[in-house]
Amino acid sequence: MNAKKYDHLATGVIYTLVVAVILILVAILGYILFNGVPDISWHFLTSAAQSFSAGGGIRDQLFNSLYLLVLTIIVSLPIGLGAGIYLSEYAKDNWFTDLIRTSVEVLSSLPSVVVGLFGYLLFVIKLNLGFSILSGAIALTFFNLPLLTRNIEESLRSVPDLQREAGMSLGLSNWKTTTKIVLPAALPGILTGLILSAGRIFGEAAALIYTAGQSAPTVDYTNWNIFSSTSFLNPMRPAETLAVHIWKVNTESVTPDAHLISSASSAVLIIVILIFNLGARFLGNQLYKKITATK
Amino acid sequence: MKEYNLNESFITKIAEEKALTTKDLQVYYGNNHAIFDANLEFPRFEITALIGASGCGKSTFLRCLNRMNDKRARVDGEIMYRNLDINSPKINVYEVRKHIGMVFQRPNPFAKSIRENITFALKNAGITKKEILEQRLEQSLKDAALWDEVKDDLDKSALALSGGQQQRLCIARSIAMHPDILLLDEPASALDPISTSKIEETLETLKKNYTIIIVTHNLQQASRISDYTAFLHLGHIIEYNTTANVFTKPKMQATEDYVSGNFG
Ligand SMILES: Nc1ncnc2c1ncn2[C@@H]1O[C@H](COP(=O)(O)OP(=O)(O)O)[C@@H](O)[C@H]1O
Ligand SMILES: [Mg+2]
Repeated sequence: MNAKKYDHLATGVIYTLVVAVILILVAILGYILFNGVPDISWHFLTSAAQSFSAGGGIRDQLFNSLYLLVLTIIVSLPIGLGAGIYLSEYAKDNWFTDLIRTSVEVLSSLPSVVVGLFGYLLFVIKLNLGFSILSGAIALTFFNLPLLTRNIEESLRSVPDLQREAGMSLGLSNWKTTTKIVLPAALPGILTGLILSAGRIFGEAAALIYTAGQSAPTVDYTNWNIFSSTSFLNPMRPAETLAVHIWKVNTESVTPDAHLISSASSAVLIIVILIFNLGARFLGNQLYKKITATK
Repeated sequence: MKEYNLNESFITKIAEEKALTTKDLQVYYGNNHAIFDANLEFPRFEITALIGASGCGKSTFLRCLNRMNDKRARVDGEIMYRNLDINSPKINVYEVRKHIGMVFQRPNPFAKSIRENITFALKNAGITKKEILEQRLEQSLKDAALWDEVKDDLDKSALALSGGQQQRLCIARSIAMHPDILLLDEPASALDPISTSKIEETLETLKKNYTIIIVTHNLQQASRISDYTAFLHLGHIIEYNTTANVFTKPKMQATEDYVSGNFG
């Protein structure tokens, strides 16, 4: 009799909370998109930023963000995979494994500005890499690796033990079972996690201000020689990303249309991340269907 | 629960050719002694059933036979297979498992196509000729009485099959490796009666070419399909004899109580 009342009450409270969360999210997203989308144009996306006059674009910043993202994933995916496979398939339950897990957890809750300053001291200054895409990519790897490792470990763990036993009972080695049976079954989850982390990387600013730098030197998009200092692919050049650009435009820009650039850039950022998120879902589902061939 | 003298047992010796023999097998999970002094001889090309109450150690014992307890439990004693102690640490366990296959309680096909489920382990074992793979695929599926149902869908996912079909696929997957011995741990316990009887029929045919050791908690099933039966109680093998004898003329009180349903 009372149980039913409580149930109603609890359901009501939960619904209210959910609606509140959704409203807040929709309000923020709506505000950013509403303010920014009208100012996005082809010209805006494909022209260089201006320091003093109006009409600048975000071409270089957008490219830098994407390039940094690709480099970061190239660096962090193999490490994350290795660590995730070790933790899920090979690590024994002992204090050492616990220590690794705890470290990963601590690292994942490190504020990104701390990661950025650490990267500044170690890579930019000590290792003499300067403000560069490489320094930025390494800092982002530190920032990304804990969650990526966790995600890969969890995805592998969610594959039932029965699958491993099936592999073992057919005379497959541990490694074969892991790479050919467990890993493919975990792939949709890993992919989803990877793309979601790509969104986090894409939107990250604090870790990059002191590592990848705040300037976007003019680069030549036809120069494919990555060792050339004017090449767009040169990893040793400083590279202001979109998120950093937004921060900078809002704090120290003197262009007359700073407000417009900031809103439009924010909208672009949000849209790219939304595409990542929806893409993650879609690809994850497709891959799952393909692997399991269930329709 | 009734108390029985666990040190009394009746273990028959096998006159015919033996596929596998355990000598003083002990299993420990940490400090928990799970199997005591198991001395059993398994006849070749026959079906042997392992019966006993839940938790008595049937799975534990069965998993020793192809080293699936490695890393999980300590197994002492000998398991003789073709004059080789396969419980020895020197043995290549991957090779053992190619000769002694296992089918589990819950169907566990790989998240791959039906074809790949069968051929994957074969390729891994070095069989790459297409004709041989195709021939093994067809033969194993026929032996497992699944061919007619799936022959047009070989590239569809194994996960789209029904539970009973999945389990027969798992049997096919094991026998495609051409093992000598097939271990089955309650292979039908998660299945409906029709699937169960299909699996039983399959096993009856398979026994022409394979030695089969099957754990079952279903006494009718044990008496229907097996030639020999071992009864386990609290980690001890209490009685081992021809199935007819175990069910109609049990030598031990515990066995008699168990098969007549007066147990516990
Ligand atoms: N992985 C394990 N770790 C620890 N103890 C186990 C494990 N598996 C089984 N046991 C114990 O061993 C005994 C026998 O279990 P099991 O072989 O699964 O019995 P059955 O298959 O006859 O039901 C039980 O007491 C069980 O608790
Ligand atoms: Mg069991």
